[in-house]
Amino acid sequence: MNFFEYVAANRAEVLYNTVEHIGLVAASCGLAIAIGLPLGVLLTRRPGLSGPVIGFANVVQTIPSLALFGFLIPLPIIGGIGARTAIVALVLYGLLPLIRNTYTGISSVDPAVREAARGMGMTDWQLLWMVELRLAAPVILAGVRIAAVWGVGIGTIAAAIGAGGLGEFIFRGVAMVNNAVILAGAVPAALLALAADGGLHLVERALDWRRRTAA
Amino acid sequence: MAEPVIEFREVVYRVDGRVILGPVSLSVASGEVLVLVGRSGSGKTTALRLINGLILPAAGDVRVEGRSTREWDRVRLRRRVGYVIQEVGLFPHMTVERNVGLVPRLERWPPARTRARVEELLALVGLPHEQFGRRLPHQLSGGQRQRVGVARALAADPPILLCDEPFGSVDPIARAELQAEFKALIARLGRTVVFVTHDVREALALATRIVVLEGGRVHFAGDPLAFQASGDAHVTALRELA
Repeated sequence: MNFFEYVAANRAEVLYNTVEHIGLVAASCGLAIAIGLPLGVLLTRRPGLSGPVIGFANVVQTIPSLALFGFLIPLPIIGGIGARTAIVALVLYGLLPLIRNTYTGISSVDPAVREAARGMGMTDWQLLWMVELRLAAPVILAGVRIAAVWGVGIGTIAAAIGAGGLGEFIFRGVAMVNNAVILAGAVPAALLALAADGGLHLVERALDWRRRTAA
Repeated sequence: MAEPVIEFREVVYRVDGRVILGPVSLSVASGEVLVLVGRSGSGKTTALRLINGLILPAAGDVRVEGRSTREWDRVRLRRRVGYVIQEVGLFPHMTVERNVGLVPRLERWPPARTRARVEELLALVGLPHEQFGRRLPHQLSGGQRQRVGVARALAADPPILLCDEPFGSVDPIARAELQAEFKALIARLGRTVVFVTHDVREALALATRIVVLEGGRVHFAGDPLAFQASGDAHVTALRELA
């Protein structure tokens, strides 16, 4: 049975696991944004914290994913077997690009623009919302894109701790020494990564004020 | 004499214990165009930033309309004081009309009033709304950006205008033109202006009073005629640079 025959015969399962995989990545990206974005903003207000926090996020990145899943399993609440643990791990990986890009994006806003905003009488929130986040949006989006693409790839390993997703086919295929089965997981995963990359790249461009021209 | 619009009372400003400005005592009357002249590092920009409360004095008091900048709600203060900064600082992601209409929007003016005001101001600085309103700052020349900066500072009709080398980054011809227009505009609007420059010619062209800052202190204060006539060595040296 070749790859196409295998996918055709198991299309319901392939589809189900693809949706499951998207769910894992979407949930973890959403959480990584919800945590990483405010944290990145906080670092721009307390630059002294940026070294330790970004350093910590960097260290998390260096933990091999299978090991990180293993470390999380025995933990209460966030650990155990299943999707929840996988999402926690993917959030941890996604935090670095989000924190770092938010911090870098906002820090690189022209000081003259910030001075003007304050001088015009903007409150701190107005400065953040109307100026800093708008100007940093393309850089922050690039961080989301990195987190999403990594999430798709690392998410395949989550099958090892029973989180489901496209990794199921890969692990099954490895155990069966059957390339068609491995590809039934790997090809959709690769396509998902490309789609996430391309789709978010389009959003990034749409939000980039530099690309806007006169109406 | 009427109460000064802006008053520095024995103001000292320090950074890391080092005195940047002061002690300085100075008052600006309504309708006056006070030009602060001095070399870089003389404390000119610091003096401006003390007026709109971007920084607070270490000692003494800066009073705007009779109230200390410590007591002012700083957001309110800044919306009453127009500010044109050195590198213009236009918001690069906002069109010209949005840049100019910013303070009115922050002040929650009705949209129709904001729009009318933006059109009026753009006409005033010679950038017709139909042609320039929807452009982004990077689609303007340096001189045009400066004009937008001036229009933006005037948008909410502030009684006080602070200008930090607003024409510093344009070529000499555009600069002379901008100065002449600015002078006419201010005369017409009757604003109290504090203007910072290191260009003595610019000071002479615009000022009703010139203050020379040197090493954070007031070295000379007087009208342009007195400035021209002064025998002080430092003032003479500044004049010769012009």
